[in-house]
Amino acid sequence: MRPTDELSAAERRELIASMRPEDAEGVPALAELDVPDELREQIETAMARYPQLRSAAIPALWAVQRHYGWCSPEGLRQAAAVMGVTPAYLEAVATFYDLIATSPIGRHRILVCHNISCWMNGADELLGAFCDAAGADRDDADHHGASSADGEFFVKGFECLGACDIAPMASIDQRYYGPLDAADALAAIEALRDGDEPLPDKALALRPAAGGPDPSATERAPNAERPDA
Amino acid sequence: MPETRVLFRDIDAPSLATIEGYRDRGGYGALKRALHELEPDELLSSLEDSGLRGRGGAGFSMGKKGSFLPRGEMEKYLCCNADESEPGAFKDRELMQKNPHQLIEGCAIASLAVGATYAFVFIRGEYWEIADILDRAVAEAYAAGYLGADILDTGVRVELIVHRGAGAYICGEETALLDALEGKRGNPRLKPPFPAIQGLYGGPTLINNVETLSNVPHIVNNGADWFKSFGSEQSTGTKVVSVSGCVQRPGNYEIELGIPSREIIYGLAGGPPEGRRVKAWFPGGSSAPVLTEADLDLPYTFEDLAKAGSMLGSGSIIVADDTISIPKLALRTARFYHHESCGKCTPCREGTNWTTKMLDRVVRGEATPMDLDIIAGVQEKIIGHCLCVLGDSMAMPVGSMVAKFRDEFEATIEAARQARPGELEQSPLDRPLTTGAQAA
Repeated sequence: MRPTDELSAAERRELIASMRPEDAEGVPALAELDVPDELREQIETAMARYPQLRSAAIPALWAVQRHYGWCSPEGLRQAAAVMGVTPAYLEAVATFYDLIATSPIGRHRILVCHNISCWMNGADELLGAFCDAAGADRDDADHHGASSADGEFFVKGFECLGACDIAPMASIDQRYYGPLDAADALAAIEALRDGDEPLPDKALALRPAAGGPDPSATERAPNAERPDA
Repeated sequence: MPETRVLFRDIDAPSLATIEGYRDRGGYGALKRALHELEPDELLSSLEDSGLRGRGGAGFSMGKKGSFLPRGEMEKYLCCNADESEPGAFKDRELMQKNPHQLIEGCAIASLAVGATYAFVFIRGEYWEIADILDRAVAEAYAAGYLGADILDTGVRVELIVHRGAGAYICGEETALLDALEGKRGNPRLKPPFPAIQGLYGGPTLINNVETLSNVPHIVNNGADWFKSFGSEQSTGTKVVSVSGCVQRPGNYEIELGIPSREIIYGLAGGPPEGRRVKAWFPGGSSAPVLTEADLDLPYTFEDLAKAGSMLGSGSIIVADDTISIPKLALRTARFYHHESCGKCTPCREGTNWTTKMLDRVVRGEATPMDLDIIAGVQEKIIGHCLCVLGDSMAMPVGSMVAKFRDEFEATIEAARQARPGELEQSPLDRPLTTGAQAA
């Protein structure tokens, strides 16, 4: 369907008149859908964990996205059938969240933080370097995200990822790396193309605390006297 | 001045993230004490006596918040807010990555204190690898009997569920977090009723930040007086401060509240690169009104920063040095809140949108000094008029930048006008920005 922004006023009126509540799709019948066993199992496991099953909506969307690479309309219908909710309900949730893709995106997902601290440390240049290396459109990357023509990469300028200590940084396939420069961006894309882990020595997971291993010279015993401030 | 490490003790010991390593350092002793020696009311009053204030932004007394929950047999809930999305904040990430059991023990004790049977850790979806660590630690804690239907054979039930978000700053707002946890779009709710009365699934709910809950085992172990021996009268304890931006050693530092801000920015984080000066700094994440070089000697406490017209917030310092353009910084800040506004209430949805557009005009030289008055006026009209604090979170820093750096805004407008008369490049901001309500 075309975006509503592109419709003429008459077309819009026609569309609105065609949308009647009684025509809305109800809960899809599970028996009529071919839900992959693995997907169904993941969603049912999530539903069992919560006191109320609708809490499994976001875990279910994650499961669909893992299985299909994005939350496709068919995937959403399958998840809705397993959960016993309407597809519209899940779609409404899916479109709210930045990490849930409701259109197909590149296989490797690269989110480049372009918020304050990363911006001050060169995030715009880093985003450009990732786009050049991956072959993604720079302008789109800064807005909705851009996929490369070969479908291998999705690059997006993202809001604060919570890793300002390694600015400028990027989340590559859900792992954090930083601080990065243009050469790192190129190396990361090449490693991903070769099926290797990108930038293992820049992984956040390996980074020690900023203050060093143990500067705890002032550890205070319980109930110690309060020193004069 | 060195760090004062309580939450960060042995932070880089590889074994700390395992249950054995945590127990070797006395871990889960506080939970045993809370189960066998203390009544829930004693736990709450001890937390209140300690003066522990919420570390997520609002700085409200944790013990007092807990005491607002009604007593009785109804189902109650604990939510740990691990959505940490405030620009500049990254302390919870390191706490969860390197010492997950400290948080789990804190959640278990806080659940006992308020009588909650279900505890949720709502972690932002971007922290996928951290959530994996947390999941492993939770599984260890279940296996060891610290969580589950019958913890340590006492008949007490506490279930802990790690819930991954899917990318929305607004879900760090407590009522939006509850909606997201209930499987809805993360829109904030009208308050009252407050979550302590009617929160998750309509039940009484205590919501606390990761760092707040991580402090709980230490207070139970060592007592409220020990905790009060750190910090100032109104800001007790230690604080993990995230320092980033134009500093030489960005990162998390655990300090005793009340040390001079200069010590944190220069002493610990190394200050701006050689030859540069601090121009502006956010003392408590990007939502805090900016301070200047003249404010560097302020003691880092809730009360002193509030007195100076800003706030400690989540304890995240972002430093901008003299190479940074304040109008561009204001635009970056506004653009973030515009993107993250959920769109539910008008002052925030429209205010963040038009502020971003006006600041973009300033940066491109299409504005006049009169526009600065309009920008300032819009910020005033946002503050206090929104459903939640997201709108205010943009209005406060942007308003403070226009007020404190007005000369620079005017100079930027003038310089840009003279540089490119009539041939201004089209800004990428002329295109529609994505909002929280649109797909990735």
